[in-house]
Amino acid sequence: MQVVSSVREPLITGKKTYHDVTHDICVRVEQKPTKSWLMAMAVSLGALLVGSYALIITLWDGIGMWGLNRTVGWAWDITNFVWWVGIGHAGTLISAILLLFRQKWRMSINRAAEAMTIFAVICAALFPVVHMGRPWLGFYWALPLPNTFGSLWVNFNSPLLWDVFAISTYFTVSLVFWYIGLIPDFATIRDRAKGVSKIIYGALSFGWDGAAKTWSRYESVALILAGLATPLVLSVHTIVSFDFATSVIPGWHTTIFPPYFVAGAIFSGFAMVMTLMLITRKVYKLEDYITIKHIELMNIIVMVTGSIVGVAYITELFMAWYSGVEYEQYAFLNRTSGPYWWAYATMMTCNVISPQLFWFKKIRTSIAASFILSIVVNIGMWFERFVIIVTSLHRDYLPSSWAMFHPTLYDMGVYLFTFGFFFTAFFMFAKFFPVINIAEIKSILKSDSEKSTTAEAVIENANQ
Amino acid sequence: MSNKIYWKGLEQLSNDPEFVKYADKEFPEYLPINQKKQSADTPDDGSSRRDFLKMMGFSVAAASLAACEAPVRKAIPYLNKPVEIDPGIPNYYASTYAEGGDYCSIVIKTREGRPIKVEGNKQCMLSGGGSTAQVEASVLSLYDQERLTAPMAAGKKSDWETVDKEIKSALASSRNIRIISNTVLSPTTRKAVEDFIAKYPGAKHITYDPQSAHGLIQANQQSFGKAHLPVYNFSKADVIVSLDADFLGTWIAPVTYINQYTKRRKLSSSQKGMSRHYQFESNMTLTGSNADYRIPVKASQQGLIAAAIYNSLAAKSGAPTISGIQIEVPFLDKAADALWNAKGKSLVVSGSNDPELQMVINAINQILGNYGSTIDLEKAAYYRQGNDQDMSDFIADVAAGSVDAVIFFNSNPVYDHPQGGLLESELGKVALKISTAGRMDETASVCDYTTPDHHYLESWNDAEPIAGHLSLCQPGITPLFNTRQAQSSFLTWMDAETTDYYQYLTQNWKSTYFPSSGQSDFDTFWNQCLYNGIIDIDLSSAMDTSGESTQVEDESDNQEFAFDAAAISGALQSTYQTDNSGMELVLYQKVGLGTGGQANNPWLQELPDPITKAVWDNYITVSQKFARDNGLSMVEGKTKIANLTANGVTVSAPILIQPGQANGTFGLALGYGRKSAGKVANGLGANAFTLINSSNGSLSYYAAGDVALEITSETHRIGQTQTHETYMGRETVIQEALLSEYQKDEYAGQFAPKIATWKGDEEKVAPHKVTLWKHHQEKYVNHHWGMSIDLNSCIGCGTCTIACQAENNVPVVGRDEVLTRREMHWIRIDRYYSSTGVEDYDSLEQAAENPEVTFQPMMCQHCNNAPCETVCPVAATVHSTEGLNQMAYNRCIGTRYCANNCPYKVRRFNWFKYHDNDQFAENTSMSNSLGRMVLNPDVTVRARGVMEKCTMCVQRIQAGKLLAKREGRRPSDEDVNVACAQACPAEAIVFGDMNNPDSKLSKLLKIEYHDKHKTVEEPRAYTVLQELNVDPNVFYLRKIRNKDQENA
Repeated sequence: MQVVSSVREPLITGKKTYHDVTHDICVRVEQKPTKSWLMAMAVSLGALLVGSYALIITLWDGIGMWGLNRTVGWAWDITNFVWWVGIGHAGTLISAILLLFRQKWRMSINRAAEAMTIFAVICAALFPVVHMGRPWLGFYWALPLPNTFGSLWVNFNSPLLWDVFAISTYFTVSLVFWYIGLIPDFATIRDRAKGVSKIIYGALSFGWDGAAKTWSRYESVALILAGLATPLVLSVHTIVSFDFATSVIPGWHTTIFPPYFVAGAIFSGFAMVMTLMLITRKVYKLEDYITIKHIELMNIIVMVTGSIVGVAYITELFMAWYSGVEYEQYAFLNRTSGPYWWAYATMMTCNVISPQLFWFKKIRTSIAASFILSIVVNIGMWFERFVIIVTSLHRDYLPSSWAMFHPTLYDMGVYLFTFGFFFTAFFMFAKFFPVINIAEIKSILKSDSEKSTTAEAVIENANQ
Repeated sequence: MSNKIYWKGLEQLSNDPEFVKYADKEFPEYLPINQKKQSADTPDDGSSRRDFLKMMGFSVAAASLAACEAPVRKAIPYLNKPVEIDPGIPNYYASTYAEGGDYCSIVIKTREGRPIKVEGNKQCMLSGGGSTAQVEASVLSLYDQERLTAPMAAGKKSDWETVDKEIKSALASSRNIRIISNTVLSPTTRKAVEDFIAKYPGAKHITYDPQSAHGLIQANQQSFGKAHLPVYNFSKADVIVSLDADFLGTWIAPVTYINQYTKRRKLSSSQKGMSRHYQFESNMTLTGSNADYRIPVKASQQGLIAAAIYNSLAAKSGAPTISGIQIEVPFLDKAADALWNAKGKSLVVSGSNDPELQMVINAINQILGNYGSTIDLEKAAYYRQGNDQDMSDFIADVAAGSVDAVIFFNSNPVYDHPQGGLLESELGKVALKISTAGRMDETASVCDYTTPDHHYLESWNDAEPIAGHLSLCQPGITPLFNTRQAQSSFLTWMDAETTDYYQYLTQNWKSTYFPSSGQSDFDTFWNQCLYNGIIDIDLSSAMDTSGESTQVEDESDNQEFAFDAAAISGALQSTYQTDNSGMELVLYQKVGLGTGGQANNPWLQELPDPITKAVWDNYITVSQKFARDNGLSMVEGKTKIANLTANGVTVSAPILIQPGQANGTFGLALGYGRKSAGKVANGLGANAFTLINSSNGSLSYYAAGDVALEITSETHRIGQTQTHETYMGRETVIQEALLSEYQKDEYAGQFAPKIATWKGDEEKVAPHKVTLWKHHQEKYVNHHWGMSIDLNSCIGCGTCTIACQAENNVPVVGRDEVLTRREMHWIRIDRYYSSTGVEDYDSLEQAAENPEVTFQPMMCQHCNNAPCETVCPVAATVHSTEGLNQMAYNRCIGTRYCANNCPYKVRRFNWFKYHDNDQFAENTSMSNSLGRMVLNPDVTVRARGVMEKCTMCVQRIQAGKLLAKREGRRPSDEDVNVACAQACPAEAIVFGDMNNPDSKLSKLLKIEYHDKHKTVEEPRAYTVLQELNVDPNVFYLRKIRNKDQENA
């Protein structure tokens, strides 16, 4: 409980009591699956099934099933990888950095955002594995494991190796952070549940007893993890950007990439959180928890990061011209006016122009507009990675090797697989896990003596 | 009884009750395994459930681990090892490639008794050790599954005895027998055929060539009375004018001509002059693309161009001119003037099959005094002996039913003669039809008997490409199948004393060539000839006894030069036109496939055409103007199919827009459209032989009247390995200069970018001066391998690509994979056209209407600061201590990061499993057990999912180093050479040790040795993408064009 000035707008509206909070969130877990949930799940599983076929054929016959060629050695695979990693940035950013900055409004969204992070990072991690020619060896050869091959060791010069470390660390920390946060809520569900559920949620809650000491430890761990996760938010995409920045290919070899990639990641991550939260909010009727205020704040972040990304795009063009390097200049001219101009145009429209609409209060507080723009932003961010990867590779130094890239159904299928996985996982989460942090959200209920500190509420609170 | 107590140990002596208790047990103490049970004091000492589970777990794990292991492949050692075969050590046998009239002296590399590579014979003066793509690829044809494995009678397998009996009885009752062959270079074979004719007097040997030079032979007969080809020497010519003769690609004896031609295209501080080459042609040929001046003309103008050159020269020399010649072609006078100024040191050739035109060419060369210097007509060249008239007479005879028996001696006229269709339908009138083809080709399919010949790598034979220049062909392997050499078949059918052709051959050599060798012992002579592969016999003594064609020479030795300018005028004007308003078709051969004899060879099918870079297809080449006028475009190989009609025949083929194609002409390649060559070739492309005009008994490879092209709406994609045509003005890639500039300044055309430092603009430095890299070069204490590629003498033929493919087990991927841009060649030849302009990127992207062409072989540059090495996460690509960039296939996990980061894009990825995979049946060298025999056992066949690239033939380097080490010396140039450099007929690629000051490479690059590093001082040398400071070990020598300034 905390005391907040009465002139501040409450973060949670609807005059919720502690019991209301518990009930509103737990009831989704406890009730029978709704029709809409079952339908959404069916669609996700369908996508997962179709995608699995593409993935299995790719693994069985080789990545020749994709449209890659000798000039364009990475295309949809790494585009998807970077895109998903980027999306996976929002969760930790919201939980960790906003926690450190004491941005309380984050509490309504951080649980779902973290879940999204976990699933997005899993989707992302799929690509570095399956894009390898020999994933059955690569998945462990890329780790610095002691071995019997003599002095054979990984190459610490390679940004791909840094990627392995960065992604796995990020995934581990995010997962632990997310799970630790879930424990008190699992305990809440456990306390309300009966039968098998009680056993399962009991196990999941790790024997949470709600004692003051437990809470104290919980808070400390959360803070430590937040501290650990904060540099990771910046490092993961920085390192992903090194894959490109340390190369010699015009359009890749750019020092601006680390901040530009991080901004882009936050941009796309917030957009994805927005997409998912707006759906959850509507379906689970959580309008009191995720308010227009939340949406507006997130839209402002999208607008700011979108502008940063826009500045980065323009800086790239400027640097290409200013560097005087012929190949760099051609690479950027080719981006804007070459055979892939449409990809560049899509990227520019979606990422730079569309977020600027959020300058209008009417738009940034409109749910429909926010939803549409959040999807537009993610389309744009997918094209940003496609533009960086494919249009840089397809025309590099020797014109004899210039080639086009044509995706196959299997490229699309594996991408669909990740969507199938992501949404299946997210819907499972939404059904079986508390989508909003019950414990935390209670701390920001407007502590107005006239309303929430009634005797009933106090008793109710004691019961939780 | 003694009181003594014998005791085994102190325990017994002391009689410890604990000891006594267990004294009768085998193990006095309990093993720890049972300890737990003992402590629990259970009587049951059997295995517990836990033990059972442990054992079970272990067994399952062990069994499944064992099952994971690779299958055991047994290698059976020799019981009695042949003396000359050491496993792992190659043997080399000198031999001869002679298919049709194509000739190359070769060395066969065999491993454990099987030929795995064919290389040029360095001793041969004609080829200078080079070879051609067709020669290099021929080893794969040996292991072709579609070869016949036994004699065939009426389409069914038979045996030799039956077949011979039936054929002999049929021959005995035949009066008119015809033996149909392509050019036979072997004098002993010709003798065998003569013997056969002597036995069957009704027999006649008819020779034809799919690419005929009959017109040239006829012209020589009329001009000089010598019915044979002359011996050309392009190395003596300062000025070369070629009218549609693709002498570097497909005309007569390219391997020899390339060797001669490129001798005069090499430049250094000591040789600053080079030949000047004018080419008047319709299609963009390999020769034309190398010319200094290439003038696109219509085929129907060729006769008039020749006449105009003649007139110009005749006017200067006072000879009678040809009247009524009117022709306006750029550079015609310039070419004539240049020829006149280089009298006696010039050469004019024409690829036409028209005797009248060739007589004009003869007259030009006569005026220029080239006979005796650049042309030697005294020495006969036998590369082409075909007689078009005889062949069409034969087909008429068949149609008339006057032929009783025909033997197609390794010839396939049903496919490769324009009247093949007629022949096929009329052959039924011939009672006995025999083919000696090694496969069921189009002609063999309609024959009664097929008596399959050996592949040449299984045969004994000889060859005489030029009078007096003899060459022996010895087998590299015992015949794989139940085949028989065609010559033995002839000997069998004529009941000769010996039916063994090897004996016949040695007897002939003993009687014919041995006497003039000046040696006393035939075996020594024979072995020496076999060892060297070639021998030059003094003509004067050999001439009396050698074949018929030399006799012709004898009779006409003294005939004066005959040329009637007045008479020829009418003939030329009726045949040729100043300006034909209609469309014309010019048929040509592709460098890889030629006339289609080796069409079933997937290496050749996938060899990118040097000009179009297209594979697995033939197509109609049209000019840019035609494409514009008809709204045609070609993006990523996507084009339209058209119906082309010429000489009343229509074929369908896709259209390819070809810069440099003469306006108003189409080109179409021969050698495609095979119906019965084998699974690889069948159904690819259209058969252009049917379009050849054969009306007047002489084949004409162009059509000038009634040529029509109907563009259909059907689309098609042509697989090309290069789709961007220009080099975008990037001087860091292609550097060139004019000869006059080069003569003034050896650094002319140099592109040496400098970068600014903190000191400001005035103190710009070379890019490699500012670096984070440690100096790798200092670490190369032993060897430092490197390469130099002379862009001026590289003609772009693609021989290196095939040589590399054979040496390094490079897979064939097929048309669809090339369309996805996944060809696997380790060395490619980039072909760049000059752009229409340099003002903006749009004009840079557009190839000029008649572009200048540059060829640039590109393979792994073995960068000292290799960008691929730093990015590999598992260190699968690393640097050797000898300057090589190495690939450890075992270690590669296939992230393809290295390929992305390679600025030269030379890395190749195994997208699929290319070996033992039915999806890649066209990759015959890896997909069937016969084809696999061609694989080089020293080179891994790469697995799916790994990266590969040029290794600089590291297996050869290793073998050479070991050889030198065994002999206790440093390796020299002789010990190590890479496959591409070895095959190069132009000697444009030079490989060597840059740490060795005596190596050819060090001298060529003028390497100077400093304290800790080396510098390359050759002014023409540059590295591609120098400013990236990747510091390649492959150097390119700038291209120099012998053009005048004003036309540059």
